Amino acid sequence: MAKQLMKGNEAVVRGAILAGCRAFFGYPITPASEIAEAAALLMPEVGGVFIQAESEIGAINMVFGAASGGVRAMTASSSPGISLIQEGVSYAAGAELPMVIVDIMRGGPGLGNIAPEQADYNQVVKGGGHGNYKVIVLAPNSVQEMCDLTYLAFDLAEKYRTPVYVLADGFIGQMVEPVEFPEPKIPKIDKSWCVDGTSETRHNLITSIYLAPEDLEKHNLKLKEKYERIKKEEVRYEAYRTEDAEVILMGYGIVSRILKSVVDIMREEGYKVGLLRPITLFPFPEQKIRELAKVAQIFFVVELSTGQMVDDVKLALNGMREVKFYGRCGGVVPSAEEILQQVKLVFEEIEKEIEHQK
Amino acid sequence: MATSTVLKKPTAFYEIFERKPDADKINTHYCPGCGHGKLHKLIAEAIEDFGIQDRVIMINPVGCSVFLYYYFDVGHIQVAHGRAPAVATGIKRVHPHSIVISYQGDGDLGAIGGNEILHAANRGEHITVFFVNNAIYGMTGGQMAPTTLPGMKTTTTPRGRDIRNEGYPLRMAELIATLEAPVYVERVALTDAKNMAKARKAVRKALQIQIEGKGFAFVEALSTCPTGWGMNPPEAEKWVNEVMTKYFPLGVFKDISDKVEPVKFDKKVLTPEEIKKAIGVNGDSATYVKNYRKNIIPEKYKNPKIKVAGFGGQGILLLGLVLAQAGMLEEYHVSWLPSYGPEMRGGTANCHVNISETEIASPLVSIPTVLIAMNRPSLEKFQPTVKSGGIIFYDNSLIDIEPSRKDVEIVPVPATKIADDIGSTKVANMVMLGAYIGYTGVLTKDSIFDALDITVKRRELNELNRRAIEEGIKFVL
Ligand code: SF4
Repeated sequence: MAKQLMKGNEAVVRGAILAGCRAFFGYPITPASEIAEAAALLMPEVGGVFIQAESEIGAINMVFGAASGGVRAMTASSSPGISLIQEGVSYAAGAELPMVIVDIMRGGPGLGNIAPEQADYNQVVKGGGHGNYKVIVLAPNSVQEMCDLTYLAFDLAEKYRTPVYVLADGFIGQMVEPVEFPEPKIPKIDKSWCVDGTSETRHNLITSIYLAPEDLEKHNLKLKEKYERIKKEEVRYEAYRTEDAEVILMGYGIVSRILKSVVDIMREEGYKVGLLRPITLFPFPEQKIRELAKVAQIFFVVELSTGQMVDDVKLALNGMREVKFYGRCGGVVPSAEEILQQVKLVFEEIEKEIEHQK
Repeated sequence: MATSTVLKKPTAFYEIFERKPDADKINTHYCPGCGHGKLHKLIAEAIEDFGIQDRVIMINPVGCSVFLYYYFDVGHIQVAHGRAPAVATGIKRVHPHSIVISYQGDGDLGAIGGNEILHAANRGEHITVFFVNNAIYGMTGGQMAPTTLPGMKTTTTPRGRDIRNEGYPLRMAELIATLEAPVYVERVALTDAKNMAKARKAVRKALQIQIEGKGFAFVEALSTCPTGWGMNPPEAEKWVNEVMTKYFPLGVFKDISDKVEPVKFDKKVLTPEEIKKAIGVNGDSATYVKNYRKNIIPEKYKNPKIKVAGFGGQGILLLGLVLAQAGMLEEYHVSWLPSYGPEMRGGTANCHVNISETEIASPLVSIPTVLIAMNRPSLEKFQPTVKSGGIIFYDNSLIDIEPSRKDVEIVPVPATKIADDIGSTKVANMVMLGAYIGYTGVLTKDSIFDALDITVKRRELNELNRRAIEEGIKFVL
């Protein structure tokens, strides 16, 4: 199929519909509103449902209802809205409901601003709701991936019966790039667990209540086992020019694009630098990080935050290697040149260290 | 024989309550004299009589009735506190043939879920809501409810509900009845035989409305909570009849069931081809590559990183989009990134465009090789960022200063004046676009014209746009 030029937020809705999503419930918020707008336009065209809910709380609970019916359902919002959605995500994780939530991150805390930031990492990847749960988090860095990862998100959500997030920043949502669309899927309703108002599903129960402590512990352990399986099977990342790299740059979303430019420029100048971009933030590519640490001396993490993902890099390395951090926030996006200066300082340090050891 | 008929449970109840965790699988978990059991029975009987058991999905709320699923042999969804109407909305919209019953208590519906019920009612969702009002939080141990009566003592109103501190009890039925969409709103009491007969009728009617596809029905049931109130069951019933009904009068507050037209829900099922067409990815609006006869581009102009900047309303973003679209037609890698948000409303606007022979890493243009400046603030702001050896196009009919950079090429274009001369200030952006492609050879007029037709929805505007582009090209040649 030929490529089409499209905005990230609009590609999300196409990806969702092609994946068989037929229910969108949302509440407008910049910079995610185009997703709801595109869904409002397109869902009815394919026999799907669109409702502008009374709030993000309403929206996520409508998704909860539609997902209980075995139908592929989603919502999309941005940082302050995601904070409100968290209650519903905890219930959905507990009730093991598949659903997709798109977060187009903006600046915080509080009302912050509408510029791109990546400060939702903790509230999304670590789970902002109560209880022992995890969600799969996919982090696109192009318009193509906005489509493809949303498309994938529905399959993963159903495979593991769990909420899946697509976590992007304002830039990825607003950006326009060529996209090639996948083929439409027409998923079947899985009657083994859902309730759809038919005799086959009459005895099914969607719930997150386990009154007896022993039962709730068992349920939690079952969820934990599922998350372990996800960790084994679903890690996705992109490693770019990492083979001989002494310094590994790490970043996701828009930052990873900028870091790729940094790598290209520095490689031309002879620096041994590479990029590791997590595509799944949970599960996190811990093993790959440790593997790269066999050669790389330093991990240099860049985020549009004061440092959130960097904690996971440190955990993965567990002291094996030094981890440095460079972050801008509030909507300030560092240029490749700005980051490049910082990375060069790191190389200077390595040089000095070698000198010193001599 | 007569006794066995009396004892027989409606088929919508489980014969044995297997899901109930304690040893007693025959009796409910409700306290003796609690109104919940009575309402359950009325609902179960109605489900049986209407023959809708397979279609029913019950929303289990938070509160004493959280365990509806112990008793009703129907599909169940247990939900967060107050969110039942939103969940009911979600499931009903995707499975309109199902009969969705939302069952809520007063804290759930009147307090924490006040917003959800109001909006579900206002949308006229095709669901049936049973609202149990016993003026107290039963499950959590007798705290104040939004319907607790003035002066009534609860664990959180130890001196009695003080209207100056806690406000007045909410009359939910009356409130819902003020909305346009609800079809039927009634308040009943689960007390003596006379009231029970009315309650039974109301339950049936509320379900009937959903079965017929008529819309939203709401039944508020005044109900006893002997435990929360510290009374014995007969006292409790008496209190409902004599005290509660004074504040919460019984009766029908709204009934338009004989006036509304039933809605028929038909399901649209599309083939894969129809889906692609419906969302515009079937290739119609996709662009197939033509063989454009590319210009010979001087090395220094290749792979431009372009920053376009000016006032909001000057068509800055469109200028960038057309460049990106034409670049794509000519099989380059392209990206377009806008400044977005309040900047678009009035102030300045800018966008970043990459047109590249190789894959684009960063779509951000922080050091542009090309700056297209359409107003003075943009020129002042971005000229220091232009890469040495780069090029600045600026509208010298609007900008009264000259760029100060000596290490870049400067191309003044009186774009606004040219645009005015051909009939519309609005096409200054296209004059500038023409000047850019004419001067550098990056992209051809053909691809730009095709890109215009893809990008500009109102194609009738493109005649003037094309002329403006021609004028721009002419000016620089
Ligand atoms: S506490 Fe009140 S509402 Fe709850 S079961 Fe007991 S009597 Fe019924």
